[in-house]
Amino acid sequence: MIEWSHHLPALQVVVPMLSAPLVMLLRSRGLAWAAATTASLFSFAIAIALSLGVLDGETFNYRMGDWPAPYGIELGVDAFSALLLLLVTGASTLALLAARHSLDAEIEAERQPLFYTAWLLALAGLAGIPVSADAFNIFVFMEIAALASYVLISGGPDRRALPAVFKYLIMGTIGATFYLIGIGLIYLMTGTLNLADMELRIHAVADLKPILVAAGFITIGLALKAAVFPLHVWLPSAYTYAPNVVTVFLAACSTKVAIYLLLRFDFFVFQPNLVGHDVQFTYFLMPLAVLAILIGSGVALFERNLKRMLAYSSVAQVGYILLGASFVSLAGVTASVLHMFNHALAKGALFLAVTCLATRCSGLRLDSIAGAARHMPWTMGAFVVAGLSLIGIPGTAGFVSKWTLISAALAEGATGGALVAVIVLGSLMALIYIWRVVEAAYFKAPEKGVAPLREAPPMLLAVTWAAALANLYFGLVPSLPISLSSAAAEILLRHVP
Amino acid sequence: MHLLGLYHYWVFAVLLMIGFYAVIAKPNLIKKLIGLSLFQSAVFLLYITMGKVEGGTAPILQAGAENPLYSNPLPQVLILTAIVVGISTMALGLGIVVRIKEEYGSIEEHDIQEIDRQ
Repeated sequence: MIEWSHHLPALQVVVPMLSAPLVMLLRSRGLAWAAATTASLFSFAIAIALSLGVLDGETFNYRMGDWPAPYGIELGVDAFSALLLLLVTGASTLALLAARHSLDAEIEAERQPLFYTAWLLALAGLAGIPVSADAFNIFVFMEIAALASYVLISGGPDRRALPAVFKYLIMGTIGATFYLIGIGLIYLMTGTLNLADMELRIHAVADLKPILVAAGFITIGLALKAAVFPLHVWLPSAYTYAPNVVTVFLAACSTKVAIYLLLRFDFFVFQPNLVGHDVQFTYFLMPLAVLAILIGSGVALFERNLKRMLAYSSVAQVGYILLGASFVSLAGVTASVLHMFNHALAKGALFLAVTCLATRCSGLRLDSIAGAARHMPWTMGAFVVAGLSLIGIPGTAGFVSKWTLISAALAEGATGGALVAVIVLGSLMALIYIWRVVEAAYFKAPEKGVAPLREAPPMLLAVTWAAALANLYFGLVPSLPISLSSAAAEILLRHVP
Repeated sequence: MHLLGLYHYWVFAVLLMIGFYAVIAKPNLIKKLIGLSLFQSAVFLLYITMGKVEGGTAPILQAGAENPLYSNPLPQVLILTAIVVGISTMALGLGIVVRIKEEYGSIEEHDIQEIDRQ
């Protein structure tokens, strides 16, 4: 009798990766969609099983091919990676369930099986990063995810996606190569690629130059992937011109996975061993986080394209996540991890509502959705709920994480007050740009000569509301994300002096 | 002399910067990709040179050889994977450039920006 739960970390990657070629063989788009959605649902179920196990205090360590670490490749799931797995697989499943109708308008029927194949590969790569405990293995997963998402983004009918994806490809590859240089230098000094082993062995060589250089390369490389301000320039165009459901999937989780890796690498390997690293970490990331919040939200205020507005808002949200981490305190890191979860919920739901609008409206500019709420009340209702969560109104998920972030900032003393002001200012700006959409949709008369709109397809609408209601549920009953993220913060800070 | 003894690191650093410069400075998309490829190759060299042990042979068991000195094979294995990743990136990048040429009729960055602005 095989013990199934033992193999879950490996299955998390294997299921989507092996389903990908199978989906390609299915020539009908309906079958391909069904198979991809089933595979994604199956990985979501695995992620839920892993999270429940982690909450019960179980630890998952898996040796590939039964080779013991550090010689073999080790997979491991703890609270932090379980949270990320829930995000990645959940976002993929919701987006795929919503995808049918929206994709038919954007991608030719015969190319759809190939599109779903790329989707599953992206899912396998994104899910592989959290489960892997080996630095080089993570690089490979990162590139699988990145290459597949370039294909997904450029799959849409808008030709402007092509230059956008080219820019993303160049910057993403530079980011990944910087990460590769970093782990190369660490391997040169320590002879290991296993993260846990690296943490022990790096201590003896921690004050040598190559390790410092490696820390720099890895931080910058991952910051590029995570769209940390000012390395975010690839993000707005890539999100804007991608097919709508792809934006739902990638906006919810792809930058989060890079931030996950940034935090894991830094807190596991560098913080405990490099003298003065925590101060450098704070002084490097805190100003960038503040600038990201202010400038990202500021640009979103003036954007007239809905998707681009929300993309700039994502740049600002990455700022909130990094701001929490830059405190290097238990409360700060908890807030940071919690905001990863809650922002993914809010932004996923917002982009789903945008997908609904896109199926009926002629464009996604503020003028083209004028008066949309009259004919699509359910779509706009979901948009408002998710928008409130993005702003951080009490009763929604966004409030819980902003509140923990503010209380973590207040514990920081003098600078804390200024940072709270930045957080509040950012939220006010979010209120304004969400309001501009609401104003256009509810209070403006539709343009003359436009045929009256209809409500979005029921399946798409149901998924959008499921995501919007999740924002309310996790705002009122936040115990699951809070317990996972505080456990994650404890794991990250375990070795930090 | 100490600096010259580390010449393979100099090769790595110079090649890396040449590639990086081309990626940033060249407006032609193909030239950008060539720069990206150089940039990645520099990292391959960093990995491969680090595995070499002076006087070491290929890590293959040989009859009769007493305590032979082996070079470290792991960096080569790693870089084999990274080369595959590099090739896929290059293939996808060139594929996108072909599509850009079809849609825009140009592979010069400023032409494309000009067309998009209209």
